[in-house]
Amino acid sequence: MNDVHVSSLADVASNHASKKQPGTAVLGTGLEARGVHAWFGKKHVLEDISLDFFPGTVTALIGPSGCGKSTFIRILNRMHEFIPTAALAGEVLLEGKDIYESGTDVTKIRLRIGMVFQKPNPFPSMTIKENVLSGLRLAQLKVSGEDELLESCLRRAGLWEEVKDRLGEYGGALSGGQQQRLCIARSLAVNPQVLLMDEPCSALDPGSTLRIEETIRELSSTMTIVIVTHNMQQAARVSDYTGFFLSDGGPGRLIESAPTSQIFSNPKEKRTEDYVTGRFG
Amino acid sequence: MSTSIAPQVLPEKPWRPTFKRVLPDLFGALLTAVSTVLIVAVTPLKGKLGFSLTLIAMALVFSVLISGVRKDKKAAFNSVSTVFVYIAATFVLIPLFSILYEIYSRGVGALTWGIFTKDMSLSSADAPVSEGGLLHAIIGTLYLVAIATIISAPIGLLTALYIVEVKGRAAGLVRFFVQAMSGVPSIVAGLFIYAVWMIGLGNSYNAGAGAAALAILMIPTVARTSEEVLRLIPPDLREAGLALGATQWRTVAMIILPAARSGLITAIILGIARVAGETAPLLLTIGGADAINLNPFSGNSSALPYYVWKNLSLGNPESIERAWAGVMVLMLLVFIFFTLARYFSGKRTGR
Repeated sequence: MNDVHVSSLADVASNHASKKQPGTAVLGTGLEARGVHAWFGKKHVLEDISLDFFPGTVTALIGPSGCGKSTFIRILNRMHEFIPTAALAGEVLLEGKDIYESGTDVTKIRLRIGMVFQKPNPFPSMTIKENVLSGLRLAQLKVSGEDELLESCLRRAGLWEEVKDRLGEYGGALSGGQQQRLCIARSLAVNPQVLLMDEPCSALDPGSTLRIEETIRELSSTMTIVIVTHNMQQAARVSDYTGFFLSDGGPGRLIESAPTSQIFSNPKEKRTEDYVTGRFG
Repeated sequence: MSTSIAPQVLPEKPWRPTFKRVLPDLFGALLTAVSTVLIVAVTPLKGKLGFSLTLIAMALVFSVLISGVRKDKKAAFNSVSTVFVYIAATFVLIPLFSILYEIYSRGVGALTWGIFTKDMSLSSADAPVSEGGLLHAIIGTLYLVAIATIISAPIGLLTALYIVEVKGRAAGLVRFFVQAMSGVPSIVAGLFIYAVWMIGLGNSYNAGAGAAALAILMIPTVARTSEEVLRLIPPDLREAGLALGATQWRTVAMIILPAARSGLITAIILGIARVAGETAPLLLTIGGADAINLNPFSGNSSALPYYVWKNLSLGNPESIERAWAGVMVLMLLVFIFFTLARYFSGKRTGR
């Protein structure tokens, strides 16, 4: 099943340039949220979010705390449902197919849509090498040439040079920034089409943040990346598209989504402008 | 400014108390000791209790006085709480060490190589301690603990997984019953096996029945401790596993259990500690024996706590000495087991 990913990723990579424009994405090759609502218990936290994520691009989700960005990104690979009171309406389409359709193998969905979390969370009982390859073991995937895969994942995550001589050490021995890049490498090993990043740099120092942003830029040529960030500069630096979320005390809504340059230079909505220029939030 | 010779800087620990700084404390200790001795000598406060109470009172008085005079009221309050904490710690250690000392001093005389190699089948109860031994009881205890662990470790662990990881519909109920079970008196567990397994199903005494009774006591301990340990595993590790496309079972087996390994081994050790010295359930289930029985599922067996109980109730001086030796061997056995388990559980851990 790993081969399927490789071929579709190659397609993505070769079509990358033509799909950078909004609206030109061929239906069914990216990730799309359609009319997504979310609840925790009776509390309506997201209302009618429709957003396209184009292959080979980075989409940043910005907005003040509590506006539902993290909930939204967790909906995109079905992590939302682990919260016992969570509920959902709407569709999330991956290559035109709803990932919430009944009968969908949710583990396969998460293999194709990887996730990097806010706090670096390498597996403490595993070495650096085992951490990178853990996705294969966890999903019981067979792969030939583990060492090549290990090296390529660590290289793509920008960590190879720093850890190549200490692959047998435990992941917890690395610094915070290195741990986060290790987590990125771990996500890459199962070759996802989409990588979701929930504030991946919020626990890191500026140097590590820069390294990870470089990594994101490099990865974006081969996959669809969605990143939640509180850092406006980061959104401007790494993303092609930006979605602005806001809650006025009620459920969070998508106020505006557009190419990043437009959001930051010429937003349509007054509230977006106020937020990105730092007048509130 | 730029000299080629760097000044020689030596590592120091300036926060370490110097003799001069602890001098007032030493003075206070001296005053406490002297005044206690004096008070005990001249007043009717006599004996160990009187001495201890006077010592505590004097320690309080002088620590308050010295820190109050040297510093301020806050320092005086701080000294009072410090003295109380030390007293509490001492009160915990005194019974522990006096028990250990008592067992050692009474048991060590009977502790010869012979008792580890012989059983009591050829020796009468009033034979000298140099005759016979308690090998049969050691073997019985090893069987009992091993079988009880084999039964209760998986059940306890899976119960904890059900409560913490699966979070099934009945998790709250299961948790409640596990807690209730941990309060079951040990004799009740023995009676249960006796009533069901022996009277109800017509089986006779054997170590297997005893182990089943011990397992009833061990399961709640293992389950509750494992539950606490599993709750300490950060939830982001679970999410990380699931987000990588793992099933829940794979996440638990590959991430949660290895991360919780040493804690889970501790949970099992605590369970063993709970049952290794249990006597009451064994009185009703293993039947007791003076000879080695290598088959835990047939025929009467002995066990160290049973051996101790039996010899104590025989009452003659030799038997009582044997009982103390039994207590000491039991403690040594548990101690050795703990050390081994600690060693193996600490061998490979991350972070």
